[in-house]
Amino acid sequence: MIKRHFLEFEKPLEEIADKIDALEIVSKDNPELRSQIDKLQSEFEERTKKIYSNLNRWNKVLISRHPQRPHTSDYIENIFSNFDELHGDRQFGDDPSIIGGLAKIDDIPVMIIGHEKGKGTDEKVKRNFGMPQPEGYRKAKRLMKMAEQFELPIITFVDTSGAYPGIEGEERGQSEAIASNLALMSQLKTRIIIVVTGEGGSGGALALGVGDHVTMLEHAIYSVASPEACASIVWRSSEKAEEAAEAMKLTAKDLIKLNIIDEIIEEPTGGAHRNYKTISQNVRQSLLSNIENLNKIPLERLLERRYLRLTEVGK
Amino acid sequence: MNWLTRLIPSIGKSSSKSKSKIPDGVWTSCPSCESALYQPELQKTLYVCPKCDHHLRIGARTRFNIFFDNGNFTEIASNVETGDPLGFKDVKAYPVRIKEAKKNTGESEALLVGFGKLDGRLVTAAAFEFKFMGGSMGSVVGEKFVQGIEQAIESKTPFICFSTSGGARMQESMVSLMQMAKTSAAIQKLKSNKLPYISVMVDPIFGGVSASLAMLGDINIAEPKAFVGFAGRRVIEQTVRVELPEDFQKSEFLLEHGAIDMIVHRSEIRSKIIGILDKISK
Ligand SMILES: [Zn+2]
Repeated sequence: MIKRHFLEFEKPLEEIADKIDALEIVSKDNPELRSQIDKLQSEFEERTKKIYSNLNRWNKVLISRHPQRPHTSDYIENIFSNFDELHGDRQFGDDPSIIGGLAKIDDIPVMIIGHEKGKGTDEKVKRNFGMPQPEGYRKAKRLMKMAEQFELPIITFVDTSGAYPGIEGEERGQSEAIASNLALMSQLKTRIIIVVTGEGGSGGALALGVGDHVTMLEHAIYSVASPEACASIVWRSSEKAEEAAEAMKLTAKDLIKLNIIDEIIEEPTGGAHRNYKTISQNVRQSLLSNIENLNKIPLERLLERRYLRLTEVGK
Repeated sequence: MNWLTRLIPSIGKSSSKSKSKIPDGVWTSCPSCESALYQPELQKTLYVCPKCDHHLRIGARTRFNIFFDNGNFTEIASNVETGDPLGFKDVKAYPVRIKEAKKNTGESEALLVGFGKLDGRLVTAAAFEFKFMGGSMGSVVGEKFVQGIEQAIESKTPFICFSTSGGARMQESMVSLMQMAKTSAAIQKLKSNKLPYISVMVDPIFGGVSASLAMLGDINIAEPKAFVGFAGRRVIEQTVRVELPEDFQKSEFLLEHGAIDMIVHRSEIRSKIIGILDKISK
């Protein structure tokens, strides 16, 4: 049913939900209240539709970061079967902020790689809030090469506020880890499909984001820096984040116009977090049709197409 | 150091032509040791402080004048114009910022690309202009870089890039971010053509340029004490809440941690690259 975390622009929804909750409790002894609950229920849906058909860019920033928004592990669970998680970069360690492994979608074997922010305090800390260290990108790189070797399509799920800015990351070559993934993905001899599911933050997102087909969920965002970082760099005040979000044109609708992405996946009313089943079905359908389409293109042609796609941005 | 004396006239010539260098006054002070430095003297030392060896920041054109034989090069991709894909406006509109940067630097964008001879061997090179919006990489920088690489592939020449940049340009957001992928793809193409890419890291390089073209050299060279990293010092300090050691993210730190092949003094970069190309370039 209704998930209990409301964003600041969802206040009217929270009020209705509170009323419903209160009535639910007393309705056990007063069945005549049922009709009132139903009425509130449809009012809730109406208001949700209205609010969500009129979102500004900052609202979408908040939705993309919603604590109950489905993450990579949710998509793996709801879309794929027989997932074998593969760990480690074989050099330094295993970074839990990136999940990767083999799985099947409709009997088609694929390689999945995605950022994972985690849910609940313990898991979030363990996964470093989805902010990878270099070894995360190097694990991804290892799995990508494996996918090339076994001719598996790669599906990446992008959802990070950015690569982790820390001392160890700098010591172990965060820049190199990202750069070499960009270089590798530009020529990797297998099909690569990217789904930006939540926050597409900067180079740390792009390091899983180079490929043949880029889709974004309707309320996901993708930008060169977080609105807060952009605000402090350009406006010299992180309080201008809302303005920065507007200026950066970071929504799926903006980016399809700018030819940065190819497809927008529709979210259920009220956002992906309100219905995991529906969003998973939509993502699944998109993936299946894209795998089929990309399989029709001979590999050599696909790589030419990818190079052109990359070099034509901003021409 | 014969080539150095040969170069002095051309260095002098270019600094009168372009404003992208040290301020026009005859005296300036070293940003590191604060010694008073005499301009004509600095030209001879390639803008390295004679007192403390600090490598002062230099413009892209000065860099090319030092680098190419007799400072001669043919500029390529000079006509790529900066657009405003997002209609970006902060306190100033993006096109106004571009106009100001053009006026202040005498350059059309933050990257200069040229084709010329290095010790008689044809090479293609690129150099960032840090004074043009902090050397930030937007669509024009990416496009010029790629045209430089395409030229290198066509003419079968090595490619050398002198990077100095604050990162991807905010005002073009995703269009800027994608330049990281664009330049990396082109470098990869150069490499599949078995042509060398030498990356020279010059103070400072951060963010999107560090995490793409600057780190991808077959050989990565840095000038002494250049700051190079993914995240800026302040961001890291705010995140991890410890004070960072002074040499953190300096060339010496990078060498120690395996990110670069060597640290080379500005006066020896030319001869070092000539010597390397002699071994890896046909
Ligand atoms: Zn000095």
